[in-house]
Amino acid sequence: MSDRIREKLNILADAAKYDVSCSSSGGTRKNTNKGLGDSHSSGICHTYTEDGRCVSLLKILLTNHCIYDCLFCVSRKSNDIKRAAFTVDEVVDLTMNFYRRNYIEGLFLSSGIFKNADFTMERLLLVAKKLRLEHNYNGYIHLKTIPGASDELIKEAGLYADRMSINLEMPTEAGLKLLAPEKNHADVIKPLAFVQQQITQFSADKKLIKHIPKFVPAGQSTQMVIGATPESDKDIMYTANAFYKNFALKRVYYSGYVPISNDTRMPVLGTQPPLLRENRLYQTDWLMRFYGFKVQEILNDANPNLDVDIDPKLSWAIRNMQHFPVDINTADYKMILRIPGIGVMSAQKIVQARKFGKLRIDQLKKIGVAYNRAKHFITCLDTPYQLKDYQGTQIKAFILAESQSKYLKTDSNQMILF
Amino acid sequence: MTYIFDNSLQGLLTAVFEWFERKPGKAVLKSARIFQPEAFVESFTVITDAEKADRVWAGLEKKIKKDWLRKFYCSYLSEIPEAYNHLFQFSIYVFQNSAGAESNYGNEHVIALSKYAKSVEREKHRMEAFIRFQKTGDGIFYTGIDPDFNVLPLISNHFKNRYADQQWVIYDLKRKYGLHYNLTEVEEITISFSHGVNKQNPAPVLMDEGETLYATLWKDYFKSANIVARKNTKLHVQHVPRRYWKYLTEKAVL
Repeated sequence: MSDRIREKLNILADAAKYDVSCSSSGGTRKNTNKGLGDSHSSGICHTYTEDGRCVSLLKILLTNHCIYDCLFCVSRKSNDIKRAAFTVDEVVDLTMNFYRRNYIEGLFLSSGIFKNADFTMERLLLVAKKLRLEHNYNGYIHLKTIPGASDELIKEAGLYADRMSINLEMPTEAGLKLLAPEKNHADVIKPLAFVQQQITQFSADKKLIKHIPKFVPAGQSTQMVIGATPESDKDIMYTANAFYKNFALKRVYYSGYVPISNDTRMPVLGTQPPLLRENRLYQTDWLMRFYGFKVQEILNDANPNLDVDIDPKLSWAIRNMQHFPVDINTADYKMILRIPGIGVMSAQKIVQARKFGKLRIDQLKKIGVAYNRAKHFITCLDTPYQLKDYQGTQIKAFILAESQSKYLKTDSNQMILF
Repeated sequence: MTYIFDNSLQGLLTAVFEWFERKPGKAVLKSARIFQPEAFVESFTVITDAEKADRVWAGLEKKIKKDWLRKFYCSYLSEIPEAYNHLFQFSIYVFQNSAGAESNYGNEHVIALSKYAKSVEREKHRMEAFIRFQKTGDGIFYTGIDPDFNVLPLISNHFKNRYADQQWVIYDLKRKYGLHYNLTEVEEITISFSHGVNKQNPAPVLMDEGETLYATLWKDYFKSANIVARKNTKLHVQHVPRRYWKYLTEKAVL
């Protein structure tokens, strides 16, 4: 018995690991029934795998049997791998026992499509329902919405799940058509829109009636595979931006493609996953969500791809030197946020602290500003007088000279002769 | 002038009271445990007084925002000798200035408190994440920890709310006290371990029979979730510093 469950867990955890969504945040469920579990609004990462990714949920597939043959997916029909399927009770038992030992924040349940969409969705729903109703479980549940499942099933699942997600897979329709001819973006958009509309409906009802059940309280997310098809960073981020806007998504995840197939339409086996590019895309995502940048400011027709050697915030600043230097002691909070080397926390502290007197360099350093980077873009009380106005390119060279990228092993600052 | 106190929170608050009563000018607060008499500096031993301490605490409650009260308490729990003096100076500073002075990040004591609080909150969060319970033969979920700071008071509610339907014990092996949840409330306990018992990983015979299976499954899961092509040991260790590995079932060698 225990050998079989071990084998299943190995197969179905392995198949689920390419889904990068890991967050357990945004849950609002409280342990009111003396049951098990209570959500933590910011989520908790209980451990990190050796590739440095956080593990907060038990992320598994219900089964890796699948009727589809998407080239980028390990579980595709034509792939010769071991197949397995959990029973509903096995998933429930694993979740409860892992949770009780503080291994996990909850369950992330996805699945290959077996038989048809409704049949699959029904099984996912059953797991969530059983955990909530029979086991008084209040921990986190992230369910995949299965494209093509009926509205009734999706709506019911939303009552038990904290978060639901559907993966866009490829940033553009053309890319998706190339690798997964049976799928299209419209199939993803329809259920995303349906869940979003239900969330809005439930929260509107909540204002009128007190006891409305929760509906997907942690919202929806999606994921795009990066580097399998030749999209530009601009294509990717414009798609992400549109999905944030249109469906109020909590997160868009970018997953660097890890080669798993020998098909000639994709990067060959053994190619390094595009980790640096992934990192730059996340940085852009953060600038859009927390720093008040518009995606058009960072990526546009003149700059369709993000710089590799410097981060997008620095890159923007260097292209827009007319806004700098910024006086820390008088500038608007929004402008302070845009200074390279100053993050959200430092910006907030600066705005609070300067009410008590003009700030000096040593204070900025103590507040947590990365001064060596920020100094090119700011003035404060004791900024030394500078005769020369440096060009953006010169500043970039200064910063690169004293910083070491964790991704670029070779010195990017080397002179190029020809 | 050196003020000496007994390391308790009440003692620290009493020291603030005594300073305002005497106004001796610049004074430094030191713990009696590390105090060394100096030739040319006068010293004053604070006698802890619950009433005076309560008055100072009530004053702080009125004077500073709630999140700062928490930062104050967290800094105290850090048990760092210099933190006590910063708390002392911080209190004097906020009482001598108008409301809102605690957000002056240009002040060294304000910055110091926010740093101590950050470290303590981080340790608290790590305990919430890295604690691994083992189910014992009598059905109690047990864990032994030795956190950098005294965070048990901070994590008590989290675990109480979360594991409301199971008995659990979290034992601080360094500070030799623990918390026990008995299905209705959390109580402070001390355990006298019998000689030679492994406090971190009690022997398998003391464990529930399902314990080994779930620990093995969890280790399997941890291995399967890793993507070898993305291996990044530096990042891994940054997130899970080595000193916590001994807690983690998934990092256990056996």
